[in-house]
Amino acid sequence: MTAPLRAFRRPQGGLAGGWLILVIAAALAAPLLTPYAYDVQNLPQAYQPASARHWLGTDEFGRDLLTRLIYGARTSLSVSATAISISVLCGMVLGAAAAWFGGWLDRAVTMVVDLSWSFPEILIALILVAIIGPGTIGVMIAIAVAYIAQFTRLTRAQILTLKGETFIEAARSLGAGHAHILFRHLLPNALAPVLVSAMLATGDAIILEATLGFFGLGAQPPVPSWGGMMSAGSALVFKAPWVIIFPGLAVAVTVVAINLYGDALIAELDIRSRLRREA
Amino acid sequence: MLSWLIKRLLMLVPVFLAVSVVIFSILHFIPGDPIDNLLKIGSSPEARAEMEARYGLDRPLPVQYLIWLSNVLQGDLGTAIVARRPVADLIAQALPHSLRLGGLALLFSTVVGVTLGVVAALSRDRWPDRAIMGGVLVGSTMPSFWLGLILILIFSVGLGWFPVSGARGWQSLVLPVLTIGLGGTALVARITRVSMIEAAGRDFVTLLHAKGLSPLRIQLRHVLRHALIPVVTILALRIGWILGGAVTVEVVFARPGLGTLLIKSLSQHDYPVVQACLLMLAMAVMLGTLMGDILQALMDPRVRAAMT
Repeated sequence: MTAPLRAFRRPQGGLAGGWLILVIAAALAAPLLTPYAYDVQNLPQAYQPASARHWLGTDEFGRDLLTRLIYGARTSLSVSATAISISVLCGMVLGAAAAWFGGWLDRAVTMVVDLSWSFPEILIALILVAIIGPGTIGVMIAIAVAYIAQFTRLTRAQILTLKGETFIEAARSLGAGHAHILFRHLLPNALAPVLVSAMLATGDAIILEATLGFFGLGAQPPVPSWGGMMSAGSALVFKAPWVIIFPGLAVAVTVVAINLYGDALIAELDIRSRLRREA
Repeated sequence: MLSWLIKRLLMLVPVFLAVSVVIFSILHFIPGDPIDNLLKIGSSPEARAEMEARYGLDRPLPVQYLIWLSNVLQGDLGTAIVARRPVADLIAQALPHSLRLGGLALLFSTVVGVTLGVVAALSRDRWPDRAIMGGVLVGSTMPSFWLGLILILIFSVGLGWFPVSGARGWQSLVLPVLTIGLGGTALVARITRVSMIEAAGRDFVTLLHAKGLSPLRIQLRHVLRHALIPVVTILALRIGWILGGAVTVEVVFARPGLGTLLIKSLSQHDYPVVQACLLMLAMAVMLGTLMGDILQALMDPRVRAAMT
């Protein structure tokens, strides 16, 4: 697994990867980085623009915006990454089973996937959150379900192409069972494109999480998330525009970085054609 | 062509039924009882039962589904529980706004996206290409509601060119169309660029060059034609995506439309309205895919030949 490291040597990959490491490190070390607490109100300090004491200004309760942004990264990144991990796992199981066993299972899976594919992820997620209820867990499950179709489709297509390869035929004629071929031969070979597209999907999931947060459905106050901060900020857009500008920039820059690093990784792994076939 | 079209339309029937079952059943899992909103606090169980009977909520689910479906097919979408008006009225009020917004955004992203994609492909790996692809990447990663608010901040508050919200006159459409359209533009530009570059490597292009046609003419008359087919396919598949963008953007700009109606009725647990909104969106998605297929058939002789 040196490809992720080699991707750093490309100029865009290095810059983007550096930003991602910075954001993740800041999220992990949040309490060490900032003297402020994310939830302690300080009303006399409300609505302050950027200054030496508050680098990005303060919000309507006088809380330091940079502090909330760093703690918000914890929520936004962990929710998106966990959600996508769940959907990759489910998608790989479903897709691999559909492609390997074929028949009615394949038809059923393909139908459900095609059906949900035509609905935008935001709608699927909105309805699921309405069922499960707002909050971090609800949003996580909603995002996970919204993206299962994508990974099922991708895994299925990968396995279908690999299934006809000679080495699989060889394994089968040597008497290998279904499970052995699936887990030892097919899935490891299908892994790289799936993981890269999982990484790119994490970027989309961050935007989706922010959108749900914007509707007030994500992490509940006072726990900050990037979307929740923008939801509060949208009411203050005329009075204190920085409250909404910075979380949005954080989302945009992080998602751009994920895409650029992902592109470098795709180039390093040389899997562009395998990904495009499914797009 | 006609028999293909009829077959294609018939294929929509099972999809429609599947979608309707999903939409109907999903909403019955949503916690929160709309009847609670209607009853006065402390009402008797009899009053509650009477209210449930009035909206048919006391019957078994499959029966409720069949009644609902047959009503829907007759154009009766039921009565909104909270707004206490026919749902069809609410939809009829909202739909034109969303169609106008979505249609203009689609038009905007197609025209601008194809233009940018062509320019990027023609200047491959030189600065216009890099600038366009960089802009496209940034444009596609901004959350649409945030972009909308920033545009409001710049053009409505700062410059005073367009109204902040509402749906009066064409001026109120500019910023919402731009907000939704920019995301779509990014997608279209990316696909156009890639498929232009791919088509430019085909044998027939080499032949055209050998015949001595001017390179620009080859690109615009021959390569672009080829390259547009995948653009149309993907655009049609992603129509729902543009409508999804409309949902958030309508809320940001406080415009009437399906999106605002959906979000409002979701929070009020107003089942019939939510069902109708979802059904409309699903139908738009299905019609979009159908239109994409037809357009593709009209553009690509190979597909046309395979149809008969």
